[in-house]
Amino acid sequence: MASKTASKDIITLRGSSAIVSEFFGYAANSILYNRGVYPEESFARVKKYGLPMLLTQDEGVKSFLADINSQLSEWLEAGKLQRVVLVIMSKATGEVLERWNFRIETDAEVIEKGISREKSDKEIMREIQAIMRQIASSITYLPCLDETCVFDVLAYTDKDVAVPFSWFESDPKLIANPQMVKLHSFDTRIHKVDTLVSYKNDEWDEE
Amino acid sequence: MRLRREGERILEWRLFLWSPTDSGFGNLSPVNSRSSHWPRFPLQEAPTGRRRYRDSMDRFIPNRSAMDFDYAHYMVTMGRTAKENMEGKSPGKVAYQKRLAEALNMNRTRVLAFRNKPPISSTSIPHEPLLDRPPKPPKPQRSIPQTAERTLDAPDLVDDYYLNLLDWGSSNVLSIALGNTVYLWDASNRSTSELVTVDDDCGPVTSVSWSSDGRHIAMGLNNSEVQLWDYTTNRLLRTLNGGHTRRVGSLAWNSHILTTGGRDGRIVNNDVRVRSHIVGTFRGHSHEVCGLKWSACGQQLASGGNDNTLYIWDRSLASLNAPSQWLHRLEDHASAVKALAWCPFQGNLLASGGGMEDNCIKFWNTDTGSCLNSIDTGSQVCALLWSNKERELLSSHGFTQNQLTLWKYPSMVKMADLNGHTSRVLFMAQSPDGCTVASAAADETLRFWNVFGAPEVAKPSPKYKPEPFANVYRIR
Repeated sequence: MASKTASKDIITLRGSSAIVSEFFGYAANSILYNRGVYPEESFARVKKYGLPMLLTQDEGVKSFLADINSQLSEWLEAGKLQRVVLVIMSKATGEVLERWNFRIETDAEVIEKGISREKSDKEIMREIQAIMRQIASSITYLPCLDETCVFDVLAYTDKDVAVPFSWFESDPKLIANPQMVKLHSFDTRIHKVDTLVSYKNDEWDEE
Repeated sequence: MRLRREGERILEWRLFLWSPTDSGFGNLSPVNSRSSHWPRFPLQEAPTGRRRYRDSMDRFIPNRSAMDFDYAHYMVTMGRTAKENMEGKSPGKVAYQKRLAEALNMNRTRVLAFRNKPPISSTSIPHEPLLDRPPKPPKPQRSIPQTAERTLDAPDLVDDYYLNLLDWGSSNVLSIALGNTVYLWDASNRSTSELVTVDDDCGPVTSVSWSSDGRHIAMGLNNSEVQLWDYTTNRLLRTLNGGHTRRVGSLAWNSHILTTGGRDGRIVNNDVRVRSHIVGTFRGHSHEVCGLKWSACGQQLASGGNDNTLYIWDRSLASLNAPSQWLHRLEDHASAVKALAWCPFQGNLLASGGGMEDNCIKFWNTDTGSCLNSIDTGSQVCALLWSNKERELLSSHGFTQNQLTLWKYPSMVKMADLNGHTSRVLFMAQSPDGCTVASAAADETLRFWNVFGAPEVAKPSPKYKPEPFANVYRIR
């Protein structure tokens, strides 16, 4: 995918899609761990992006994320994916407590003409690393999730996408009057990913 | 008219929702593949529509026999022709729908969710299991006594920042090392006894630590030995030597493992039950190891040194033969890191305090090694203690105020400054009931502060309420 030239690497559409969907996989795991959706013991540590990242060992969650990721890669290569949202809801009430919003801007020229771009791999890794650190440190301001939570993943695609058999149309599961925090973004020159977390206002926050 | 039909179509979509109990949607006819470009009906996003679906969060379990596939199919195909008819609608209506769709960002986007849902964690333990959440209505403020409840004399307390001479055991006995002697103070009857006085060539005693069962005391000595005493029988059980070449300034227990930190920069894990007690070494520090704390779960060890470095070690990486690699090496502090405290309500949160050149309290996520927050306190941080009752952190300081500061977490708002000591407050220990903190300072006094709460034991002095954690506190 990327051949090492002087200081920049060539990035193809396929390579960029792989980077973005891999990022989403690790980010989702990190969010599930840090927000306590699944118990800490069910995660194992691996090295990625120069950081110790945590990956779930739960088979159900693993296969869910893997299935989603394969579809996301496909959509990314077609340039049809606009954003991916990881929603955290209370198990008891089904209320949406948090929305992790990854907005994706695709360079249309690359989709149309099939050209590749250049950017240093290291640079992209650094940017992703910054986002991962921010996700980990988000616990300092996000309200505590004391109750058991479940998560879901929504994909915002272009209108003209043929909805695959394993997906269905859904409501966006928005939060009313959310607090929003914008995190860093990363750019592969083909896909630009912005990260935003919106959460329900915790009225009893000590602040 | 058109609105109503759209509404029905949306409801149809809902019928095809996959429910957790239903596993056989494999044969659904592909009504969901559409290539038409009609705008998504905005009503689905509107508050009224959404509320309707949100109320019934149980997924609708479809009854296939009751579904009318013909009608559904008709609706889908009808829609395509309906789109062509759109030009025939009044321009006002078209514009309105377009504006509405744009406002809700739905004119070019569709939101999809995956059919299979991830498993629900049955044993999901939130990251704050130990601490009771404060009740939702605003809590009455508790009054934090500004003066020490009791002051004891501590003559010959060694004024050395790098030692750890105070510990409060779970048997409610406080141990303090004064020079060559270790004294025990029983908090329940307020009696003092002497455990041992070591010889001049061994001493002074450089660190003291109770085991978690409250029965054994480990003492680190200046001659690099570590003595293990049984409190109940007042006997020396064994002496651990060979682990260090210089004085042992810090100790930390992890069930049967006693971890010792020395001036030689080495951290040695000793299994106190076996004859050859050294079961592992952590090498990393280049100067004296002055802070040593195991996490609550016993999986991670935090060590701070005079080399301004904070290391996080993981037990799973410890090996018998080779010195182990650290998990994180954190060099953010500008001075010696002695004050370390693991958060009781969040297993991977560590607070560390820096010495004279640094004055900062830093918070770390020990799984990722990222620094979450850093507060400049203005004064050398000698010790840190988390409250087991509330989300509060207590820090003890040196020049100039020699105070203990109580912080609210995570806002790091100062809740109280406790003054009284006239010299730097080197050591702190917390009572087993979590209410009282003992602090020992270079002014050779040991003071007790009921900073975390009023003790529930009925004391002779009448001002303490007899019932535990009385709900009615005096508002200051």
